[in-house]
Amino acid sequence: MTAVPATPAPARAARAGALRAVLRNKLALVAISVLAVMVVLAVFAPLIAPYDPAAQDLLVRLRPPAWAAGGDAAHPLGTDQLGRDILSRLIHGARVSLLVGAAAALLAGVIGAIVGLVAGFVGGWPDRVLMRLADVQLAFPSILLALAIVGFLGSGLWYVIGVLGFTGWVSYARVVRSEVLSLRTREFVTEARAIGVGDVTIMRRHLLPNVMAPLATVGTLHVAAAIVAEASLSYLGLGVPKQTVTWGGMLSDGQLYLGTAWWVAVFPGLALMITALSVNITGDVLRDVADPKAYRS
Amino acid sequence: MSALLEIEDLRVEFRLDTGTVTAVDGVSLHVGEGETLAVVGESGSGKTATALSVLRLNPEPPCVYAGGRIRLDGRDVLGMSAAQLRRVRGNEVAMVFQDPMTSLNPLKRVGAQIAEVVRRHQGAGRAQAREAALAALGEAGIPDPRRRAGQYPHQLSGGLRQRVMIAMALVGRPRVLIADEPTTALDVTVQAQILDLLVDLQRRHGMAIVLITHDLGVVAEVADRVVVMRHGRIVETGDVLDVFERPGQDYTRELLRATPRLERA
Repeated sequence: MTAVPATPAPARAARAGALRAVLRNKLALVAISVLAVMVVLAVFAPLIAPYDPAAQDLLVRLRPPAWAAGGDAAHPLGTDQLGRDILSRLIHGARVSLLVGAAAALLAGVIGAIVGLVAGFVGGWPDRVLMRLADVQLAFPSILLALAIVGFLGSGLWYVIGVLGFTGWVSYARVVRSEVLSLRTREFVTEARAIGVGDVTIMRRHLLPNVMAPLATVGTLHVAAAIVAEASLSYLGLGVPKQTVTWGGMLSDGQLYLGTAWWVAVFPGLALMITALSVNITGDVLRDVADPKAYRS
Repeated sequence: MSALLEIEDLRVEFRLDTGTVTAVDGVSLHVGEGETLAVVGESGSGKTATALSVLRLNPEPPCVYAGGRIRLDGRDVLGMSAAQLRRVRGNEVAMVFQDPMTSLNPLKRVGAQIAEVVRRHQGAGRAQAREAALAALGEAGIPDPRRRAGQYPHQLSGGLRQRVMIAMALVGRPRVLIADEPTTALDVTVQAQILDLLVDLQRRHGMAIVLITHDLGVVAEVADRVVVMRHGRIVETGDVLDVFERPGQDYTRELLRATPRLERA
Protein backbone atom coordinates (compact mmCIF):
# COMPACT_ATOMS: atom_id res chain seq x y z
CA MET A 1 0.00 0.00 0.00
CA THR A 2 2.96 2.29 0.52
CA ALA A 3 4.48 2.73 -2.90
CA VAL A 4 1.38 4.18 -4.50
CA PRO A 5 0.79 7.93 -4.35
CA ALA A 6 -2.25 8.86 -2.31
CA THR A 7 -4.06 10.54 -5.17
CA PRO A 8 -3.23 10.04 -8.83
CA ALA A 9 -2.52 13.30 -10.60
CA PRO A 10 -5.55 13.43 -12.94
CA ALA A 11 -7.93 12.73 -10.07
CA ARG A 12 -6.35 15.58 -8.20
CA ALA A 13 -6.81 17.79 -11.25
CA ALA A 14 -10.47 16.79 -11.42
CA ARG A 15 -10.96 17.71 -7.81
CA ALA A 16 -9.19 21.02 -8.34
CA GLY A 17 -11.55 21.63 -11.27
CA ALA A 18 -14.51 21.06 -8.98
CA LEU A 19 -13.09 23.50 -6.46
CA ARG A 20 -12.54 26.11 -9.17
CA ALA A 21 -16.10 25.67 -10.35
CA VAL A 22 -17.32 26.46 -6.84
CA LEU A 23 -15.03 29.46 -6.47
CA ARG A 24 -16.13 30.89 -9.83
CA ASN A 25 -19.71 30.90 -8.67
CA LYS A 26 -19.99 33.97 -6.40
CA LEU A 27 -23.47 33.08 -5.21
CA ALA A 28 -22.31 29.62 -4.18
CA LEU A 29 -19.39 31.11 -2.32
CA VAL A 30 -21.71 33.41 -0.38
CA ALA A 31 -24.12 30.56 0.42
CA ILE A 32 -21.38 28.26 1.63
CA SER A 33 -19.83 31.04 3.72
CA VAL A 34 -23.19 31.82 5.32
CA LEU A 35 -23.60 28.15 6.21
CA ALA A 36 -20.09 27.98 7.61
CA VAL A 37 -20.78 31.01 9.82
CA MET A 38 -24.08 29.45 10.96
CA VAL A 39 -22.34 26.23 11.91
CA VAL A 40 -19.66 28.10 13.87
CA LEU A 41 -22.33 30.17 15.64
CA ALA A 42 -24.30 27.07 16.51
CA VAL A 43 -21.33 25.10 17.78
CA PHE A 44 -19.92 27.92 19.90
CA ALA A 45 -23.25 29.55 20.79
CA PRO A 46 -22.63 29.86 24.56
CA LEU A 47 -19.28 31.55 23.91
CA ILE A 48 -20.49 33.90 21.20
CA ALA A 49 -23.93 34.96 22.37
CA PRO A 50 -23.73 38.18 24.40
CA TYR A 51 -26.49 37.10 26.83
CA ASP A 52 -28.02 33.98 28.26
CA PRO A 53 -30.90 33.35 25.81
CA ALA A 54 -33.28 32.64 28.70
CA ALA A 55 -32.27 35.61 30.85
CA GLN A 56 -35.24 37.92 31.27
CA ASP A 57 -35.00 41.62 31.96
CA LEU A 58 -38.45 43.13 32.13
CA LEU A 59 -37.04 46.64 32.39
CA VAL A 60 -35.87 46.49 28.76
CA ARG A 61 -38.77 44.47 27.28
CA LEU A 62 -39.63 44.98 23.61
CA ARG A 63 -36.64 47.20 23.03
CA PRO A 64 -36.26 47.88 19.24
CA PRO A 65 -33.04 47.10 17.32
CA ALA A 66 -30.03 49.33 17.94
CA TRP A 67 -30.45 51.44 14.81
CA ALA A 68 -34.15 52.19 15.32
CA ALA A 69 -35.50 55.02 17.46
CA GLY A 70 -35.33 54.03 21.13
CA GLY A 71 -32.85 51.27 20.35
CA ASP A 72 -30.01 50.32 22.63
CA ALA A 73 -26.52 49.24 21.50
CA ALA A 74 -26.53 46.66 24.31
CA HIS A 75 -29.21 44.70 22.40
CA PRO A 76 -28.28 45.03 18.68
CA LEU A 77 -31.40 43.23 17.42
CA GLY A 78 -33.63 44.34 20.24
CA THR A 79 -35.41 42.32 22.93
CA ASP A 80 -38.64 40.32 23.08
CA GLN A 81 -41.67 40.64 25.32
CA LEU A 82 -39.76 39.26 28.31
CA GLY A 83 -36.70 41.39 27.72
CA ARG A 84 -34.62 38.50 26.33
CA ASP A 85 -31.87 39.43 23.87
CA ILE A 86 -32.99 38.49 20.35
CA LEU A 87 -29.48 38.15 18.91
CA SER A 88 -28.53 35.68 21.64
CA ARG A 89 -31.71 33.73 21.08
CA LEU A 90 -31.09 33.60 17.32
CA ILE A 91 -27.58 32.26 17.87
CA HIS A 92 -28.81 29.59 20.24
CA GLY A 93 -31.76 28.80 17.98
CA ALA A 94 -29.33 27.98 15.17
CA ARG A 95 -28.25 24.92 17.15
CA VAL A 96 -31.65 23.28 17.04
CA SER A 97 -32.33 24.27 13.44
CA LEU A 98 -29.05 22.96 12.08
CA LEU A 99 -29.08 19.84 14.23
CA VAL A 100 -32.62 18.95 13.23
CA GLY A 101 -31.92 19.69 9.56
CA ALA A 102 -28.75 17.65 9.38
CA ALA A 103 -29.91 14.75 11.54
CA ALA A 104 -33.30 14.42 9.84
CA ALA A 105 -31.68 14.49 6.40
CA LEU A 106 -29.14 11.89 7.48
CA LEU A 107 -31.78 9.58 8.93
CA ALA A 108 -34.02 9.93 5.88
CA GLY A 109 -30.99 9.46 3.62
CA VAL A 110 -29.98 6.20 5.28
CA ILE A 111 -33.51 4.79 5.12
CA GLY A 112 -34.05 6.03 1.56
CA ALA A 113 -30.71 4.70 0.32
CA ILE A 114 -31.37 1.23 1.71
CA VAL A 115 -34.91 1.13 0.33
CA GLY A 116 -33.78 2.46 -3.05
CA LEU A 117 -30.87 0.02 -3.33
CA VAL A 118 -33.00 -2.97 -2.48
CA ALA A 119 -35.90 -1.92 -4.69
CA GLY A 120 -33.69 -1.11 -7.65
CA PHE A 121 -31.28 -4.02 -7.40
CA VAL A 122 -33.50 -6.86 -6.26
CA GLY A 123 -36.54 -5.83 -8.33
CA GLY A 124 -39.57 -8.09 -8.51
CA TRP A 125 -42.06 -8.07 -5.65
CA PRO A 126 -39.80 -6.33 -3.09
CA ASP A 127 -39.53 -3.45 -5.54
CA ARG A 128 -43.29 -3.28 -6.03
CA VAL A 129 -44.01 -3.42 -2.30
CA LEU A 130 -41.42 -0.77 -1.40
CA MET A 131 -42.47 1.60 -4.14
CA ARG A 132 -46.16 1.29 -3.23
CA LEU A 133 -45.15 2.09 0.35
CA ALA A 134 -43.37 5.15 -1.00
CA ASP A 135 -46.51 6.20 -2.86
CA VAL A 136 -48.56 5.85 0.31
CA GLN A 137 -46.02 7.85 2.26
CA LEU A 138 -46.05 10.54 -0.41
CA ALA A 139 -49.83 10.72 -0.52
CA PHE A 140 -49.94 11.23 3.23
CA PRO A 141 -49.37 14.88 4.18
CA SER A 142 -46.15 14.57 6.12
CA ILE A 143 -46.70 17.60 8.33
CA LEU A 144 -50.01 16.08 9.43
CA LEU A 145 -48.30 12.78 10.14
CA ALA A 146 -45.64 14.64 12.10
CA LEU A 147 -48.36 16.41 14.07
CA ALA A 148 -50.06 13.11 14.85
CA ILE A 149 -46.87 11.39 15.96
CA VAL A 150 -45.63 14.28 18.06
CA GLY A 151 -49.13 14.58 19.52
CA PHE A 152 -49.03 10.93 20.58
CA LEU A 153 -45.44 10.55 21.70
CA GLY A 154 -44.98 14.03 23.08
CA SER A 155 -42.63 16.70 21.90
CA GLY A 156 -38.88 16.62 22.08
CA LEU A 157 -35.87 17.24 19.91
CA TRP A 158 -35.29 13.57 19.07
CA TYR A 159 -38.95 12.94 18.31
CA VAL A 160 -38.90 15.82 15.84
CA ILE A 161 -35.77 14.47 14.17
CA GLY A 162 -37.26 10.99 14.05
CA VAL A 163 -40.54 12.16 12.59
CA LEU A 164 -38.93 14.31 9.92
CA GLY A 165 -36.47 11.52 9.11
CA PHE A 166 -39.09 8.82 8.79
CA THR A 167 -41.37 10.96 6.65
CA GLY A 168 -38.65 12.21 4.30
CA TRP A 169 -37.12 9.02 2.92
CA VAL A 170 -39.28 8.77 -0.21
CA SER A 171 -37.42 11.18 -2.47
CA TYR A 172 -34.09 9.56 -1.58
CA ALA A 173 -35.48 6.09 -2.29
CA ARG A 174 -36.84 7.15 -5.66
CA VAL A 175 -33.64 8.82 -6.81
CA VAL A 176 -31.46 5.91 -5.65
CA ARG A 177 -33.77 3.35 -7.21
CA SER A 178 -33.77 4.99 -10.61
CA GLU A 179 -29.98 5.34 -10.54
CA VAL A 180 -29.59 1.71 -9.52
CA LEU A 181 -31.92 0.58 -12.30
CA SER A 182 -29.52 2.00 -14.85
CA LEU A 183 -26.38 0.96 -12.96
CA ARG A 184 -27.31 -2.67 -12.43
CA THR A 185 -27.29 -3.44 -16.14
CA ARG A 186 -23.81 -1.96 -16.49
CA GLU A 187 -21.16 -4.56 -17.09
CA PHE A 188 -19.13 -3.79 -14.02
CA VAL A 189 -21.98 -5.08 -11.88
CA THR A 190 -22.14 -8.30 -13.90
CA GLU A 191 -18.36 -8.40 -13.64
CA ALA A 192 -18.57 -8.11 -9.86
CA ARG A 193 -20.99 -11.04 -9.81
CA ALA A 194 -18.69 -12.94 -12.17
CA ILE A 195 -15.84 -12.74 -9.67
CA GLY A 196 -18.09 -14.10 -6.96
CA VAL A 197 -19.23 -10.98 -5.11
CA GLY A 198 -22.51 -11.41 -3.19
CA ASP A 199 -25.56 -9.20 -3.65
CA VAL A 200 -25.21 -7.29 -0.39
CA THR A 201 -21.58 -6.49 -1.09
CA ILE A 202 -22.43 -5.39 -4.62
CA MET A 203 -25.01 -2.97 -3.26
CA ARG A 204 -22.69 -1.65 -0.57
CA ARG A 205 -19.37 -1.46 -2.39
CA HIS A 206 -20.27 -1.10 -6.06
CA LEU A 207 -23.67 0.58 -6.26
CA LEU A 208 -23.75 2.84 -3.20
CA PRO A 209 -20.58 4.80 -4.10
CA ASN A 210 -22.01 5.38 -7.55
CA VAL A 211 -25.24 6.91 -6.20
CA MET A 212 -23.61 9.12 -3.56
CA ALA A 213 -23.65 12.26 -5.71
CA PRO A 214 -27.41 12.37 -6.37
CA LEU A 215 -27.98 11.20 -2.79
CA ALA A 216 -26.03 14.16 -1.43
CA THR A 217 -27.96 16.55 -3.63
CA VAL A 218 -31.33 15.30 -2.43
CA GLY A 219 -29.88 15.45 1.07
CA THR A 220 -29.07 19.15 1.03
CA LEU A 221 -32.51 20.01 -0.31
CA HIS A 222 -33.99 17.94 2.48
CA VAL A 223 -31.89 19.73 5.10
CA ALA A 224 -33.57 22.99 4.10
CA ALA A 225 -37.01 21.40 4.11
CA ALA A 226 -36.40 19.83 7.53
CA ILE A 227 -35.25 23.14 9.02
CA VAL A 228 -38.46 24.81 7.84
CA ALA A 229 -40.55 21.83 8.98
CA GLU A 230 -39.02 21.94 12.46
CA ALA A 231 -39.78 25.67 12.66
CA SER A 232 -43.36 24.95 11.59
CA LEU A 233 -43.76 22.31 14.27
CA SER A 234 -42.21 24.55 16.91
CA TYR A 235 -44.42 27.41 15.75
CA LEU A 236 -47.43 25.20 16.31
CA GLY A 237 -46.07 24.33 19.72
CA LEU A 238 -45.56 20.68 18.77
CA GLY A 239 -41.84 20.74 18.17
CA VAL A 240 -39.17 21.13 20.72
CA PRO A 241 -40.22 21.98 24.32
CA LYS A 242 -40.82 25.66 24.97
CA GLN A 243 -37.75 26.18 27.14
CA THR A 244 -35.43 25.25 24.23
CA VAL A 245 -34.83 28.23 21.99
CA THR A 246 -35.89 27.61 18.39
CA TRP A 247 -36.49 29.93 15.49
CA GLY A 248 -39.98 28.49 15.02
CA GLY A 249 -40.78 29.13 18.67
CA MET A 250 -39.49 32.70 18.41
CA LEU A 251 -41.71 33.29 15.37
CA SER A 252 -44.65 31.98 17.30
CA ASP A 253 -43.90 34.30 20.23
CA GLY A 254 -43.38 37.26 17.95
CA GLN A 255 -46.55 37.10 15.93
CA LEU A 256 -48.56 38.64 18.77
CA TYR A 257 -46.39 41.73 18.60
CA LEU A 258 -46.10 42.07 14.83
CA GLY A 259 -48.03 45.33 14.89
CA THR A 260 -46.08 46.93 17.69
CA ALA A 261 -42.68 45.21 17.79
CA TRP A 262 -41.92 43.72 14.36
CA TRP A 263 -38.37 42.73 15.26
CA VAL A 264 -39.41 39.92 17.55
CA ALA A 265 -40.80 37.87 14.64
CA VAL A 266 -38.93 39.27 11.65
CA PHE A 267 -35.39 38.36 12.72
CA PRO A 268 -36.01 34.66 13.32
CA GLY A 269 -37.95 34.60 10.06
CA LEU A 270 -35.02 36.13 8.21
CA ALA A 271 -32.58 33.72 9.84
CA LEU A 272 -34.77 30.81 8.75
CA MET A 273 -35.05 32.10 5.21
CA ILE A 274 -31.33 32.85 4.79
CA THR A 275 -30.35 29.45 6.15
CA ALA A 276 -32.79 27.51 4.00
CA LEU A 277 -31.80 29.51 0.93
CA SER A 278 -28.09 28.95 1.57
CA VAL A 279 -28.59 25.23 1.98
CA ASN A 280 -30.59 25.07 -1.23
CA ILE A 281 -28.00 26.99 -3.24
CA THR A 282 -25.26 24.80 -1.82
CA GLY A 283 -27.27 21.77 -2.92
CA ASP A 284 -27.53 23.13 -6.45
CA VAL A 285 -23.80 23.74 -6.60
CA LEU A 286 -23.12 20.30 -5.22
CA ARG A 287 -25.23 18.80 -7.99
CA ASP A 288 -23.34 20.72 -10.67
CA VAL A 289 -19.97 19.80 -9.24
CA ALA A 290 -20.93 16.16 -8.82
CA ASP A 291 -21.50 15.96 -12.57
CA PRO A 292 -18.00 15.80 -14.07
CA LYS A 293 -19.25 16.84 -17.50
CA ALA A 294 -20.32 20.20 -16.11
CA TYR A 295 -16.81 21.54 -15.58
CA ARG A 296 -14.53 19.37 -17.70
CA SER A 297 -14.08 20.89 -21.10
CA MET B 1 -8.55 -35.12 -22.88
CA SER B 2 -11.34 -35.21 -20.34
CA ALA B 3 -13.93 -32.45 -20.48
CA LEU B 4 -13.49 -29.86 -17.76
CA LEU B 5 -16.61 -27.97 -18.68
CA GLU B 6 -19.50 -29.79 -20.26
CA ILE B 7 -22.80 -28.32 -21.41
CA GLU B 8 -25.46 -30.81 -22.30
CA ASP B 9 -28.68 -30.01 -24.12
CA LEU B 10 -28.95 -26.58 -22.43
CA ARG B 11 -32.19 -24.67 -22.81
CA VAL B 12 -32.33 -21.06 -21.63
CA GLU B 13 -35.56 -19.11 -21.81
CA PHE B 14 -36.32 -15.48 -21.12
CA ARG B 15 -39.90 -15.18 -19.88
CA LEU B 16 -40.87 -11.62 -20.68
CA ASP B 17 -44.21 -9.91 -20.35
CA THR B 18 -44.52 -10.04 -24.11
CA GLY B 19 -43.84 -13.76 -24.35
CA THR B 20 -41.11 -16.36 -23.96
CA VAL B 21 -37.90 -16.08 -25.92
CA THR B 22 -35.78 -19.21 -26.18
CA ALA B 23 -32.28 -17.80 -26.32
CA VAL B 24 -30.47 -21.13 -26.07
CA ASP B 25 -32.19 -24.17 -27.51
CA GLY B 26 -30.57 -27.55 -26.89
CA VAL B 27 -26.92 -26.56 -26.96
CA SER B 28 -24.25 -29.13 -26.08
CA LEU B 29 -20.54 -28.43 -25.98
CA HIS B 30 -17.46 -29.30 -23.99
CA VAL B 31 -13.98 -28.00 -23.46
CA GLY B 32 -10.97 -29.64 -21.84
CA GLU B 33 -7.87 -28.48 -20.04
CA GLY B 34 -5.53 -26.46 -22.24
CA GLU B 35 -8.07 -26.39 -25.04
CA THR B 36 -9.63 -23.42 -26.78
CA LEU B 37 -13.18 -23.68 -27.99
CA ALA B 38 -14.56 -20.90 -30.15
CA VAL B 39 -18.27 -20.18 -30.20
CA VAL B 40 -19.19 -18.14 -33.26
CA GLY B 41 -22.42 -16.77 -34.58
CA GLU B 42 -24.20 -13.56 -35.41
CA SER B 43 -25.68 -11.19 -32.83
CA GLY B 44 -28.62 -12.79 -31.09
CA SER B 45 -27.50 -16.32 -31.89
CA GLY B 46 -27.35 -17.17 -28.18
CA LYS B 47 -23.59 -17.27 -27.76
CA THR B 48 -23.48 -14.77 -24.90
CA ALA B 49 -26.53 -16.27 -23.17
CA THR B 50 -24.77 -19.65 -23.31
CA ALA B 51 -21.57 -18.17 -21.88
CA LEU B 52 -23.36 -16.35 -19.05
CA SER B 53 -25.22 -19.54 -18.20
CA VAL B 54 -21.99 -21.27 -17.19
CA LEU B 55 -21.80 -18.97 -14.15
CA ARG B 56 -25.56 -18.48 -13.98
CA LEU B 57 -25.09 -14.78 -14.65
CA ASN B 58 -28.17 -14.28 -16.81
CA PRO B 59 -30.58 -12.05 -14.90
CA GLU B 60 -33.14 -14.24 -13.11
CA PRO B 61 -35.95 -13.31 -13.61
CA PRO B 62 -36.66 -13.08 -16.55
CA CYS B 63 -34.16 -15.83 -17.37
CA VAL B 64 -35.11 -19.44 -16.65
CA TYR B 65 -32.82 -22.44 -17.15
CA ALA B 66 -35.49 -24.63 -18.64
CA GLY B 67 -33.50 -27.74 -19.34
CA GLY B 68 -30.17 -29.46 -19.72
CA ARG B 69 -27.09 -29.66 -17.56
CA ILE B 70 -23.88 -27.73 -17.08
CA ARG B 71 -21.08 -29.73 -15.49
CA LEU B 72 -17.91 -28.22 -14.17
CA ASP B 73 -15.43 -30.95 -13.39
CA GLY B 74 -18.37 -33.29 -12.88
CA ARG B 75 -20.37 -30.95 -10.59
CA ASP B 76 -23.77 -29.67 -11.63
CA VAL B 77 -23.63 -25.85 -11.89
CA LEU B 78 -27.36 -25.33 -12.38
CA GLY B 79 -28.06 -27.15 -9.10
CA MET B 80 -25.59 -25.14 -7.02
CA SER B 81 -26.61 -22.93 -4.10
CA ALA B 82 -25.82 -19.21 -4.23
CA ALA B 83 -22.89 -19.70 -1.85
CA GLN B 84 -21.42 -22.57 -3.89
CA LEU B 85 -21.83 -20.49 -7.01
CA ARG B 86 -19.94 -17.57 -5.49
CA ARG B 87 -17.01 -19.88 -4.76
CA VAL B 88 -16.91 -20.98 -8.40
CA ARG B 89 -17.24 -17.49 -9.86
CA GLY B 90 -13.92 -15.79 -10.42
CA ASN B 91 -12.13 -18.70 -8.82
CA GLU B 92 -12.64 -21.80 -10.94
CA VAL B 93 -14.35 -20.08 -13.84
CA ALA B 94 -13.53 -16.49 -14.78
CA MET B 95 -14.97 -14.22 -17.43
CA VAL B 96 -13.68 -11.43 -19.59
CA PHE B 97 -16.38 -9.20 -21.01
CA GLN B 98 -16.73 -7.43 -24.30
CA ASP B 99 -16.59 -3.81 -23.30
CA PRO B 100 -13.67 -2.87 -21.07
CA MET B 101 -15.10 0.66 -20.89
CA THR B 102 -18.03 -0.37 -18.73
CA SER B 103 -16.79 -3.56 -17.07
CA LEU B 104 -14.76 -1.80 -14.42
CA ASN B 105 -16.23 0.11 -11.52
CA PRO B 106 -15.54 3.76 -12.41
CA LEU B 107 -15.02 4.78 -8.79
CA LYS B 108 -12.45 2.22 -7.67
CA ARG B 109 -8.76 2.03 -8.46
CA VAL B 110 -8.01 -0.86 -10.78
CA GLY B 111 -5.50 -2.40 -8.38
CA ALA B 112 -8.15 -2.56 -5.67
CA GLN B 113 -10.61 -4.18 -8.06
CA ILE B 114 -8.15 -6.96 -8.85
CA ALA B 115 -7.16 -7.35 -5.21
CA GLU B 116 -10.83 -7.84 -4.34
CA VAL B 117 -10.82 -11.15 -6.24
CA VAL B 118 -7.78 -12.40 -4.33
CA ARG B 119 -9.15 -11.38 -0.96
CA ARG B 120 -12.49 -12.92 -1.71
CA HIS B 121 -11.29 -16.31 -2.86
CA GLN B 122 -7.95 -16.86 -1.24
CA GLY B 123 -8.64 -15.10 2.04
CA ALA B 124 -5.48 -13.09 1.54
CA GLY B 125 -4.66 -10.00 3.59
CA ARG B 126 -4.48 -6.51 2.13
CA ALA B 127 -0.76 -6.44 1.44
CA GLN B 128 -0.72 -9.94 0.03
CA ALA B 129 -3.72 -9.25 -2.23
CA ARG B 130 -2.04 -6.09 -3.41
CA GLU B 131 1.15 -7.95 -4.35
CA ALA B 132 -0.93 -10.56 -6.21
CA ALA B 133 -2.75 -7.79 -8.08
CA LEU B 134 0.52 -6.16 -9.10
CA ALA B 135 1.87 -9.50 -10.28
CA ALA B 136 -1.31 -10.13 -12.27
CA LEU B 137 -1.09 -6.71 -13.91
CA GLY B 138 2.49 -7.42 -14.88
CA GLU B 139 1.56 -10.82 -16.24
CA ALA B 140 -1.19 -9.22 -18.32
CA GLY B 141 1.52 -7.16 -19.99
CA ILE B 142 0.80 -3.84 -18.32
CA PRO B 143 3.93 -1.70 -18.10
CA ASP B 144 4.62 -0.03 -14.76
CA PRO B 145 1.96 -2.00 -12.81
CA ARG B 146 2.67 -0.12 -9.60
CA ARG B 147 1.59 3.19 -11.10
CA ARG B 148 -1.32 1.70 -13.06
CA ALA B 149 -2.75 -0.08 -10.02
CA GLY B 150 -3.32 3.29 -8.36
CA GLN B 151 -5.27 4.69 -11.29
CA TYR B 152 -8.96 4.79 -12.04
CA PRO B 153 -10.47 3.09 -15.12
CA HIS B 154 -11.09 6.37 -16.96
CA GLN B 155 -7.36 7.06 -16.89
CA LEU B 156 -6.55 3.94 -18.92
CA SER B 157 -6.85 3.30 -22.64
CA GLY B 158 -9.20 0.61 -23.96
CA GLY B 159 -6.37 -1.84 -24.53
CA LEU B 160 -5.01 -1.32 -21.03
CA ARG B 161 -8.44 -1.71 -19.53
CA GLN B 162 -8.95 -5.01 -21.32
CA ARG B 163 -5.59 -6.12 -19.93
CA VAL B 164 -6.81 -5.13 -16.48
CA MET B 165 -9.92 -7.25 -17.08
CA ILE B 166 -7.71 -10.17 -18.09
CA ALA B 167 -5.53 -9.64 -15.02
CA MET B 168 -8.67 -9.66 -12.90
CA ALA B 169 -9.90 -12.83 -14.56
CA LEU B 170 -6.60 -14.65 -14.21
CA VAL B 171 -5.48 -13.57 -10.76
CA GLY B 172 -7.64 -16.31 -9.23
CA ARG B 173 -5.92 -18.91 -11.47
CA PRO B 174 -9.20 -20.15 -12.98
CA ARG B 175 -9.36 -23.51 -14.71
CA VAL B 176 -11.84 -22.20 -17.25
CA LEU B 177 -11.74 -18.75 -18.84
CA ILE B 178 -14.79 -17.53 -20.72
CA ALA B 179 -13.98 -14.60 -22.96
CA ASP B 180 -17.06 -12.91 -24.41
CA GLU B 181 -15.90 -10.99 -27.47
CA PRO B 182 -12.78 -9.84 -25.65
CA THR B 183 -11.42 -7.93 -28.62
CA THR B 184 -14.51 -6.52 -30.30
CA ALA B 185 -14.28 -3.10 -28.69
CA LEU B 186 -10.57 -2.70 -29.43
CA ASP B 187 -8.74 -1.57 -32.53
CA VAL B 188 -7.00 -4.12 -34.71
CA THR B 189 -3.41 -3.93 -33.48
CA VAL B 190 -4.54 -4.07 -29.87
CA GLN B 191 -6.80 -7.02 -30.74
CA ALA B 192 -3.81 -9.03 -31.91
CA GLN B 193 -1.86 -8.20 -28.73
CA ILE B 194 -4.72 -9.27 -26.49
CA LEU B 195 -5.17 -12.56 -28.37
CA ASP B 196 -1.45 -13.28 -28.14
CA LEU B 197 -1.63 -12.58 -24.44
CA LEU B 198 -4.53 -15.01 -23.96
CA VAL B 199 -2.76 -17.74 -25.91
CA ASP B 200 0.44 -17.18 -23.98
CA LEU B 201 -1.28 -17.27 -20.59
CA GLN B 202 -3.15 -20.40 -21.57
CA ARG B 203 0.09 -22.11 -22.50
CA ARG B 204 1.57 -21.22 -19.13
CA HIS B 205 -1.38 -22.13 -16.94
CA GLY B 206 -3.07 -24.82 -18.98
CA MET B 207 -6.57 -23.44 -18.59
CA ALA B 208 -9.51 -24.11 -20.84
CA ILE B 209 -10.76 -21.14 -22.87
CA VAL B 210 -14.22 -20.61 -24.27
CA LEU B 211 -13.91 -17.78 -26.75
CA ILE B 212 -17.12 -16.13 -27.85
CA THR B 213 -16.73 -14.13 -31.03
CA HIS B 214 -18.20 -13.24 -34.36
CA ASP B 215 -14.79 -12.72 -35.89
CA LEU B 216 -13.74 -15.83 -37.82
CA GLY B 217 -10.26 -14.42 -38.28
CA VAL B 218 -9.83 -14.61 -34.52
CA VAL B 219 -11.14 -18.16 -34.48
CA ALA B 220 -8.64 -19.34 -37.08
CA GLU B 221 -5.83 -17.78 -35.11
CA VAL B 222 -6.39 -19.20 -31.65
CA ALA B 223 -9.08 -21.89 -31.44
CA ASP B 224 -8.72 -25.67 -31.50
CA ARG B 225 -12.37 -26.44 -32.08
CA VAL B 226 -15.31 -24.32 -33.14
CA VAL B 227 -19.05 -24.32 -32.51
CA VAL B 228 -21.22 -22.37 -34.93
CA MET B 229 -24.49 -21.10 -33.45
CA ARG B 230 -27.57 -19.61 -34.98
CA HIS B 231 -31.00 -18.86 -33.48
CA GLY B 232 -29.97 -20.49 -30.21
CA ARG B 233 -28.98 -23.76 -31.82
CA ILE B 234 -25.68 -25.30 -32.84
CA VAL B 235 -25.56 -25.62 -36.60
CA GLU B 236 -22.09 -27.03 -36.91
CA THR B 237 -19.22 -28.11 -34.72
CA GLY B 238 -15.79 -29.62 -35.22
CA ASP B 239 -12.09 -29.03 -35.57
CA VAL B 240 -11.30 -25.49 -36.69
CA LEU B 241 -9.36 -26.63 -39.75
CA ASP B 242 -12.03 -29.12 -40.79
CA VAL B 243 -14.85 -26.64 -40.44
CA PHE B 244 -12.98 -23.90 -42.23
CA GLU B 245 -11.86 -26.12 -45.08
CA ARG B 246 -14.99 -28.21 -45.50
CA PRO B 247 -17.91 -26.30 -43.98
CA GLY B 248 -20.81 -28.73 -43.82
CA GLN B 249 -23.54 -26.12 -43.59
CA ASP B 250 -24.62 -23.33 -45.91
CA TYR B 251 -24.70 -20.96 -42.95
CA THR B 252 -21.06 -21.65 -42.06
CA ARG B 253 -20.07 -21.16 -45.68
CA GLU B 254 -21.86 -17.84 -45.71
CA LEU B 255 -20.15 -16.76 -42.52
CA LEU B 256 -16.78 -17.69 -43.97
CA ARG B 257 -17.52 -15.84 -47.16
CA ALA B 258 -18.44 -12.78 -45.11
CA THR B 259 -14.92 -12.62 -43.68
CA PRO B 260 -12.82 -10.11 -45.59
CA ARG B 261 -9.63 -11.50 -47.17
CA LEU B 262 -6.57 -9.85 -48.54
CA GLU B 263 -6.25 -11.86 -51.76
CA ARG B 264 -8.37 -11.08 -54.78
CA ALA B 265 -11.48 -13.16 -55.21
